[in-house]
Amino acid sequence: MPKWFIPLAILCGLMCATAPILVAQAPYESTMGLVQKVFYVHLPSAWMFLLAAIVCGIASVRYLFGGDSRQDRLAWAAAELAVLFGVVTLVTGPLWARKAWGVWWQWDVRLTASLMGWMVAVAYLLLRKYGGPGSDKLAAGLALFGMANVPFVYISVNYWRTIHPTTNVVPTLPTSFGVPLWFSAAAFLLLFVLLLRLRMRLEEQRARIDALYLSMDT
Amino acid sequence: MFGRIVWLVLRKDFMIEVRSLETAYTMLFFAISCVLVFAFALVQEGRAPEGGAAGILWIAIAFAGTLALGRTFERERQAETLRALLLAPAARPAVYLGKLLGIVALLSAAETVLVPLVALLFQAPLLAHPIWLALILLTGTVGFAAVGTLFAAMLIRARSRDVLLPVLLYPITVPVIIAGVRATSVLLEPDVNTGFLQVWLALLVCFDVVFVTLALWTFEPLMTD
Repeated sequence: MPKWFIPLAILCGLMCATAPILVAQAPYESTMGLVQKVFYVHLPSAWMFLLAAIVCGIASVRYLFGGDSRQDRLAWAAAELAVLFGVVTLVTGPLWARKAWGVWWQWDVRLTASLMGWMVAVAYLLLRKYGGPGSDKLAAGLALFGMANVPFVYISVNYWRTIHPTTNVVPTLPTSFGVPLWFSAAAFLLLFVLLLRLRMRLEEQRARIDALYLSMDT
Repeated sequence: MFGRIVWLVLRKDFMIEVRSLETAYTMLFFAISCVLVFAFALVQEGRAPEGGAAGILWIAIAFAGTLALGRTFERERQAETLRALLLAPAARPAVYLGKLLGIVALLSAAETVLVPLVALLFQAPLLAHPIWLALILLTGTVGFAAVGTLFAAMLIRARSRDVLLPVLLYPITVPVIIAGVRATSVLLEPDVNTGFLQVWLALLVCFDVVFVTLALWTFEPLMTD
């Protein structure tokens, strides 16, 4: 493990413990009330979901054209995180939607595109698990198509007339809402980096064991 | 040179297909069964659900397409000709394009049967604007087949490829299917809004460009052992 891992893990733990306090102290939003607090989890997890898809896509391209197996492990770790943060996003979103729109789910462009992005990540993991030998390259190809979805998710709200809030909301937030949001986002980012590193290490050790077995056989 | 290889691959697939018509017949029969199942399930007392025809047409195309995609490359695997195809001194993207055009041609042939069938069973005026419909079907089919051809080729060496092809293909191609369904349902309305139609068609063309570019770019490294 790199030296920075333990201190950062402690920092991340502290931030995750502090974030709920900051969120609780943030003022109530006038129309949404208590439910608006879901936003402090929903938005950072959605960002991490998109980030994971981008990391997975870029690592896959580098693996596909460079053949470095470290990039492959990074892509795999990122795909798992995309599924994880995707679940958080897709569960917290409807909680907010129920109050704001009166329905749990709407076939809105951004919602549909996010769901599809999440399904691509799940398909990636299925392929890695059941694809057998050679599935690493196939999965890399899939990740590339999954990454093409990311800009679509991001811009969809600005180009289509949808009911999802647009990307203009965040820059215009007042400080009392902005501080807990950015704090929570930083905690999520830290968690993302730590989990990514941890997951990669697991794969590295697995690869090392495989190599040891192979060397024993010959 | 590039165009010639595309043509040769296309002609080879076409000749093999014409001799047995295996994929064409099985795919067509499957697609028709699909439409019939939907008709049994949804048409009640002689009345079809409103706006259902567009969705059913595209579901039938997607299902039939998956079957065709699986078969085209299975044939190369069974005859062990894939290696020969890849060893040939030909640009890989050209091989891909040849295969893609073959699938698009096969699916287009299936669509010429499916469209009248869906129009008949679901009482939908699908053939009222044939040129618009042809454009929508062509762009949608190219988008679906572009991803499908790449994935089917990739999966040829994977374990449980029959299961994995739909698992990988549908999440990626859902945008194309959505755009296709929406554009087709615009056509089914009493007065067609050409503005909407153009937006959906433009979106379909965008997907085609993105998918074909990505597939051409990745086909070579993906097909290398």
